[in-house]
Amino acid sequence: MLILECPYCGVHADETELAPGGEAHLKRFGPGSDIDDFEGYLFMRENPKGLHFERWRHAYGCGKWFLAARCTATLEVFGTYPAQSAEPPQSIKDAITAKRPGWSWRDFA
Amino acid sequence: MSEVVNVRDLGSQGMVTLRGDMSSKAFKAACKALSELAIPDRNKITEADGKGIVWMSPDEVLLLLPHADAAAAVAQFAAAMGAEHHLAVNVSDARALIAVEGPFAAEVLAKLTPADVHPAQFGPGDFRRTRLGQVAAAIWCVAPGSYRVICFRSVADYTLNLLSASAEAGPVRHF
Ligand SMILES: [Zn+2]
Repeated sequence: MLILECPYCGVHADETELAPGGEAHLKRFGPGSDIDDFEGYLFMRENPKGLHFERWRHAYGCGKWFLAARCTATLEVFGTYPAQSAEPPQSIKDAITAKRPGWSWRDFA
Repeated sequence: MSEVVNVRDLGSQGMVTLRGDMSSKAFKAACKALSELAIPDRNKITEADGKGIVWMSPDEVLLLLPHADAAAAVAQFAAAMGAEHHLAVNVSDARALIAVEGPFAAEVLAKLTPADVHPAQFGPGDFRRTRLGQVAAAIWCVAPGSYRVICFRSVADYTLNLLSASAEAGPVRHF
């Protein structure tokens, strides 16, 4: 069972109250962009056994999108933060470093 | 078993969805004018004299009032907000209001929702949007052993039957 705290309403929402939104922090490449960038934006996704950053929507609640840092292997949650964040806040990075020293994920570390 | 939890449809209830910048003076004043109540903290409800305000999301409250007053409330809110960006919708007939009352009412709900509704965590004035079985629902605690459920009118039969079955099955005695 996965429980994520919605950063907007503070509710500790069960996985069944949430809608998954796939990988977080995707950079959009639209029409006119380099073909490889466009392919990466459309199809290339991380699929780690371990630390991952994801989008979730509090569907059976306040309805807001938020982002979560968690471990796909242990379901350990390092933190959740607003969807408007271009990168994980320092507090989230620190929480991950405390448990997974030397971590990296795409461009973040 | 003498312990019984009663589940019943409370019939017509005025409900108006109000959205906007909840920190704005105009929004707060308009809510106050309509309900004589202040906007509650998040995940809370305030009720008095047949009216109530519920915190629904960072930019949404739900106004509870007599069914006959809902349409006028929409117009009054729109007039009070003027040019300020907002939304006011009379959702009274789109929703159903159900009462769940009895000694193990908290357990009747707990069997159907992933939300923590233990009386130590979810007491009078606490409000939570969640799901009951397969449908979206909002629940709040009026007093110990007394809860209200709001769901879409289109799934009111399902929700009533679900809650009734949970009540008939009796307490689990985990709480
Ligand atoms: Zn939420």
